[in-house]
Amino acid sequence: MNMKMKKFKKLSFSDKSITISGYVGVALFVLAIIIPLIYIVIASFMDPITLNNQGITFDFSKWSMEGYTRVFQDDMILRGFFNSVFYSTAYAVISVGITLLAAYPLSRPDFVGKKIITTLYIITMFFGGGLMPTYLLVDNLKLINTVWAILLPGAINVWNIILARTYFQSLPKELREASAIDGASDITHFFKIMIPVCKPIIAVLLLYQFVAQWNSYFDAMIYLDDAKLQPLQLVIRSILIQNTPRPGMIADVQSAAAMAKMAQLLKYSTIVVSSLPLLVMYPFFQKYFDKGIMAGSVKG
Amino acid sequence: MTKNILPNANESETILPKINKKKSKMHSNLKYIKKNYQLYLFFTLPPLLLLIIFKYIPMGGVLIAFEDYSAILGTLHSHWVGLKHFERFLASPDFMNLLMNTLKVSLYGLLWGFPLPIILALLLSRIKSEGIKKKIQLILYAPNFISVIVISGMIIIFLSPIGPVNQFLGTATNFMAMPSSFRTIYVASSVWQATGWASIIYTAALSGASQELTEAAVIDGANIFQQILNVDLPAIKPIMVIQFILSAGNIMSVGFEKALALQTDLNLPTSEILPTYVYKMGLLNGDYSFSTAVGLFNSVINIVLLIVVNSIVKKLNEGEGI
Repeated sequence: MNMKMKKFKKLSFSDKSITISGYVGVALFVLAIIIPLIYIVIASFMDPITLNNQGITFDFSKWSMEGYTRVFQDDMILRGFFNSVFYSTAYAVISVGITLLAAYPLSRPDFVGKKIITTLYIITMFFGGGLMPTYLLVDNLKLINTVWAILLPGAINVWNIILARTYFQSLPKELREASAIDGASDITHFFKIMIPVCKPIIAVLLLYQFVAQWNSYFDAMIYLDDAKLQPLQLVIRSILIQNTPRPGMIADVQSAAAMAKMAQLLKYSTIVVSSLPLLVMYPFFQKYFDKGIMAGSVKG
Repeated sequence: MTKNILPNANESETILPKINKKKSKMHSNLKYIKKNYQLYLFFTLPPLLLLIIFKYIPMGGVLIAFEDYSAILGTLHSHWVGLKHFERFLASPDFMNLLMNTLKVSLYGLLWGFPLPIILALLLSRIKSEGIKKKIQLILYAPNFISVIVISGMIIIFLSPIGPVNQFLGTATNFMAMPSSFRTIYVASSVWQATGWASIIYTAALSGASQELTEAAVIDGANIFQQILNVDLPAIKPIMVIQFILSAGNIMSVGFEKALALQTDLNLPTSEILPTYVYKMGLLNGDYSFSTAVGLFNSVINIVLLIVVNSIVKKLNEGEGI
């Protein structure tokens, strides 16, 4: 601390003011992120009438768990939650598996056909069929109202393939040479050497794809009519965006005014319940973030 | 030794006369493919099949933009109408408004969304304590893990006439119903959500490159501005260029899930953008061909923008683009 203070004192006046305003800038940004989140969490514990009339209060007699008990009473939320866990996990595994398969040959300098195949991938980054042709294809393949409509069309992610390929390329060539001397085929090499060595990038890709699937709603909205198949985001969409709580949550509320207030309260607890899993999970991956992103930024 | 195990496709070229070059190359390629069949059958085939089915077949499907698509006749046999749908779109009174809405919301997004992560990363790199920096970053990344629906839900709550923003201001304005506030809401919430996450790439580049150089610059008496100008910015310049070109090329593909979630009947004059229009025309109105034509128009503008921006940047940046 003393050393730091000395260093700081040595700075010129303009450097000092820049440094201080920089710290203030970061602090403001951090506050701008935290305050809305904390507000939501606290509001989710409030009694709806108090919340409407006087806003947040720290008078704990006005706090209640009502929002949460009502959210968990609704089986659609729970089913949506488990559907989302399934979609996100399956999608992450399929998509990352496909990514690694595609990336491995492309990382080999001797791979014949590399140019053509890479070009085929890259084109799709900049041009696509768009909404209706994709929808018609999924319809023609009879995938509407099946889990495959969610899992397959987006499974190819070219950006991730480039990321993984670049990571593979950064590994020493001797790895393959050594395993080849031991008589390992490409498949053996891939499973026994590459996958263990590439854990950091695989972890990041799995997280990206899991998060992407967990947070998306549009594909489910257009491909899944069946209420049983709906993911969490689609269920909470009706509560948060369309302002219509699930009937089971508010069945006992009598007056229209009380219902409106309850609808408001349910929004807060719904947000907390649906966002908590990812917000608890991502810090465990933090050490991989830089690595994963840097691998992709190397031009190739 | 290695060459036998991993044969080089061009190895034989030097030995054989030039006339046979093409033939022999094909021959050695075939030999390579035979020898390394696993690379093709096990590794390349499954992703390539998915790519062809789910990316290239829909690409062929844009044909319906030039037809009056009928589900019974199918894409290949529907009645061909040429540019009818494009003409109808360009002549429609909505056209200019949709185009400008799309351009404006993404231009404003770029104007804020491109520089802010860079500034944030530069500020973060000045924090010397690794522990504090890690904790700050953890907070900055959090919004990236919140879903579009939840962000939109939060916006609707905060800005509702009885919500905290109005309670704080002592007013009862319905922001979500005001066309004039849609773009601000859209861009500000994107900044809130994405700035921290987008700064990672710059932070990583800065931490790798500039520690020693900065120390040297300090010894030479450089002030903070000079350090940033001469050490930090050159270190992240290549990434800045790529990020700029990519985001400029994406200018027409606005994050449309959020725009759709934030639309209300009353803010449509500014919140209706090309991708949401494509969705409504196609899936809600069932006008498949027209919707596809609008989507195609959108992606053509996208590609043109990408090419133009890339060539401009190349000129300014001594031949370095993507």
